[in-house]
Amino acid sequence: MTATGSGAATRAVDVWKVYGTGEAQVAALRGVSVELARGAFTAIMGPSGSGKSTLMHCLAGLDSVTKGEVYVGDTLITGLSDRRLTDLRRDQVGFIFQQFNLLPTLTAEENILLPLAIAGRKPDRTWFDTVIDTIGLRDRLGHRPSQLSGGQQQRVACARAMVSRPEVIFADEPTGNLDSRSGAEVLGFLRRSVREFGQTIVMVTHDPNAASYADRVLFLADGRVVGELVDPSPESVLETMKRLDAMSAVS
Amino acid sequence: MLRATLKSLLSRKVRLLLSGLAVLLGVMFVSGAFVLTDTLSRSFDSLFATAFSGVDVQVSGASPVVAEGDRQAEPPVVPADLVDRIKAVPGVGDATGVVQADGARIVGRNGKVVTTFGAPRFGRNWTGTSGLVELRSGQGPSHDDEIAINAGLAATTGYHVGDRVGVLTLQPKRTFTIVGIFGYSGGRDSLGGEQTIAFTTPAAQRLMLGEPDVYSEIDVTAAPGVRDTVLRDRLAAALGSGYDVKTGAQLAAQQSQNFRDNLKFFNYVLLGFAGVALFVGVFLIFNTFSIIVAQRTRELALLRALGASRRQMIGSVLVEAIVIGLIASVLGLAAGVGVGALLAYVFGHTGGANLHLAGIGVPAAAVISAFAVGVGITLIAAFLPALRASRVAPVAAMREAATWDRPLTRITAAGGGVTVVGVGLLVLGLSGRAHGSTLPAILAGVLLAFLGIALLTPIISRPVVGVLGRLFARSVPGQLGRRNSARNPRRTAITAAALMVGIALITGVSVILSSATASITRIANQQVKAELVVAGDNAGPRMATFDKAALDAMPTLPGVREVAGFFVDAGLVDGKRTTLEAVNDPAAMRDIFSLSATGGSLDRLAPGQALVDEKTATDQGLHVGSTVRVQTARGDARDYTISGVYAKSDLLRGWILPGSAAAGFRVAQPTQALIRVQPGASVPQVQSRVDALLADSPEVTVSSRADFVKQQTSRFDVVLTMIQILLALAILIAVLGIVNTLALSVIERTRELGVLRAVGLRRGQVMRMVTVEAVVIAVFGALLGVVVGVGLGAAVVRALRDQGFTDLALPWGQMGGYLVLAAIIGVVAAVLPAIRAARVNVLAAIAYE
Repeated sequence: MTATGSGAATRAVDVWKVYGTGEAQVAALRGVSVELARGAFTAIMGPSGSGKSTLMHCLAGLDSVTKGEVYVGDTLITGLSDRRLTDLRRDQVGFIFQQFNLLPTLTAEENILLPLAIAGRKPDRTWFDTVIDTIGLRDRLGHRPSQLSGGQQQRVACARAMVSRPEVIFADEPTGNLDSRSGAEVLGFLRRSVREFGQTIVMVTHDPNAASYADRVLFLADGRVVGELVDPSPESVLETMKRLDAMSAVS
Repeated sequence: MLRATLKSLLSRKVRLLLSGLAVLLGVMFVSGAFVLTDTLSRSFDSLFATAFSGVDVQVSGASPVVAEGDRQAEPPVVPADLVDRIKAVPGVGDATGVVQADGARIVGRNGKVVTTFGAPRFGRNWTGTSGLVELRSGQGPSHDDEIAINAGLAATTGYHVGDRVGVLTLQPKRTFTIVGIFGYSGGRDSLGGEQTIAFTTPAAQRLMLGEPDVYSEIDVTAAPGVRDTVLRDRLAAALGSGYDVKTGAQLAAQQSQNFRDNLKFFNYVLLGFAGVALFVGVFLIFNTFSIIVAQRTRELALLRALGASRRQMIGSVLVEAIVIGLIASVLGLAAGVGVGALLAYVFGHTGGANLHLAGIGVPAAAVISAFAVGVGITLIAAFLPALRASRVAPVAAMREAATWDRPLTRITAAGGGVTVVGVGLLVLGLSGRAHGSTLPAILAGVLLAFLGIALLTPIISRPVVGVLGRLFARSVPGQLGRRNSARNPRRTAITAAALMVGIALITGVSVILSSATASITRIANQQVKAELVVAGDNAGPRMATFDKAALDAMPTLPGVREVAGFFVDAGLVDGKRTTLEAVNDPAAMRDIFSLSATGGSLDRLAPGQALVDEKTATDQGLHVGSTVRVQTARGDARDYTISGVYAKSDLLRGWILPGSAAAGFRVAQPTQALIRVQPGASVPQVQSRVDALLADSPEVTVSSRADFVKQQTSRFDVVLTMIQILLALAILIAVLGIVNTLALSVIERTRELGVLRAVGLRRGQVMRMVTVEAVVIAVFGALLGVVVGVGLGAAVVRALRDQGFTDLALPWGQMGGYLVLAAIIGVVAAVLPAIRAARVNVLAAIAYE
């Protein structure tokens, strides 16, 4: 296993995800094989219904696959029990959601430390300080989510995802609910954490501008990987999207 | 609008199920009580109609002592020759002298007196079979040592014809041979659980009435063609005053009415507990509607934005309430009929009672109250949430539905005010200054106090829940659960307050009873100077008695210093009904009860002398040397001179007559004796000597003072258990409330649960989180209840200080038990919501719309 699991933070091997049976069968993923490198910022793009969110859920151990194998680090997660999956998410995966999804009863600091608290692990104080300083919310640590702006909440969510130094962070449309300035702050922060701390991040988005912060963009359509772009710019992303659109219109 | 309401109702049917269930249970209790008492009433009507079926007119003595309608009282006897006088009256078909009196007690196979649950144990004379009495086996008694017993008694005791059995009557135990077993028409073995022993007429006269040639009453049948009422009037005119002449129908109605009156009281008790259950139900319904309105804020705002008026919003919530109330009322009524029928059956068949039940009927009162209560309660509880729904601003439709706390100032101020008014009323009622309306004042006071405290709970909940939570919250799930229970103080508070009501009432009763126990124990230990007590269980209206000869022999036993023996009966003093006690040895009584004289002497009582307590003497303007006229149950009135006045005592009050006066009591046998042992003598040895003397008095036992006190106070446990059972429903509804609140919270927090699961909270941890929340709420409610209950109990105990409540004793064990129970309740209540929370689909929960 170790031989095959060299540099990938997470891998999907010929993954199929089929909903329903018989006539009503819908395949969200049709044999997707991807390998997402450690220490890289990967964006997954695609139109609605392309399967990008499903792929992310399968990679993160939130959803089961119909066929194929998914690895997080060196661990084969396909077929793991709910409990093992839960522990895997707790210890090796971080999440950032479009809706922030902070717990309203907890302060910003408590929200950030939640995954560690659940695991019963002591936070690494220097790393915690580093993360806090990076997101720049030291003076807001005692605030409840309702006392923070959307951008601040999302930065708390980013810190929550990072503080346990997970194998990989999955970000699902992290800027979808933010204005462009807050969105840029969050994206900049995500890129810094990859560049400076070697964090692995997988982000699902449909915003070309957001995707341009990534090192690599994967394009999905109809449950298949249909394109890839390295070192993207907003323009090149948009261009690729148009090209793919035209192709699918033809076919 | 109506259609929109009904649709939203249907879509939330599970959420409304629990509040509906609370109403249903309350309505069930109410209608069940009505059905039960109605069925029992009609059963007693039918019972007494049967019992008096062979009697057209009955003649009995008019009582000098007892008031009309007093069930325990027995009218004086009539002379035997009255039968012939009656037979001579035109229109009389036949007249039979009947001896019948309560107090024939058979000794069972185990050597103990067979008891009933309140039903009489008649001794009567055998007057042959009739339309009512049927011989099942053997024959009627023809010798004075023969008896016949009714089939119900035979079944209870397992006795057969030919058995020799002991029977206690006015006289101590005698042995008789059972020669016959009889039943009643219609296949009845017993008339409502009664036991009857039939003697020969002379034996019955001697044993049950205490004198020969007298009857208790004379049953008359009318000659053909003579109407009962005509015969009655004719007899009344012919016999003159001094006799009660009534038709059989009148007597049946009168006896039945006595039972109906008792049932009415019983019905009030049941309705009281139903009221508690419904009161708790209001909290639950209120909470459900509040949460639903909060969760529907966006939907309601959208309706407002689309042009629905405020009135329509209120209407929409209230229509929902009416529909729930109606459904719950119908189901509750049906369940109530079932429960009422079941209880009536249990009632009719408890402890050998064999009441033939009249058909189960549904009285109008049950139906009316079911709907009035069911719909009314739901509407009341839903009104405030409806008002809140109408205040939702249309713009809320555009905002993220945030249900953040409003300040608690107003609710706290209101709660404080209501509590003060309630406590004020309670104090007024307990102080006895609320002339004529003591009970309403106390009830309203308790009700308002509960409401006020419920309104204060949100503000109390913050610190208390914080502290409580720390006890349970060491792990992360525990901490999350604790925070969840503190995050909506109103919701937590109302849920906890519902539990508070039941626990507070139970605790209050526990405090009163444990204080009573402590007071009795202290008075007994400090003021009673007797080491041994002879007494029996006073189950039923008739006091247990023992052989007077045994009492007379006790002072001569070796090791006995002195003995105070008491005889008790009701009588008239200067025309006023009161309890009379006769004592064999006033000096012993004075020593044992530590009495002191405030006038005259307590050393001895000559015939014609009486003692009285200070307060009675003052109230009636009497003093040593005054003369009062005393009428006992038997014999003529006679004058007594007060020879001594004793100071206030916790043990004794009222009139004390010399032992010879007991001859005029209905039962001229002692009911209790207190024995003071010689210094240095062995108490157990004396006890066994006394025990030997009482061999033929199976109704009483001799026990040490401590054991006697324990026996007396152990009755409180029965009372407490009964109240706990009756309040169980209120607590059950409170538990439903916790389930409901948690279930609604879980629905409300689906997304949060999803996030927690996504970031690594295990299913078990999710369940633990919900459980901690439930336990914190439940223990908070119980803690409040215990505190409020102690307050209530202490108030009552203090108010009754003059009635002998010298001590306030807190039942720590029980109070702790209620808290533990609450924690268990919390765990149980959390089961379903916790499972639901653990099953939250992570993807669905975190997916954005």
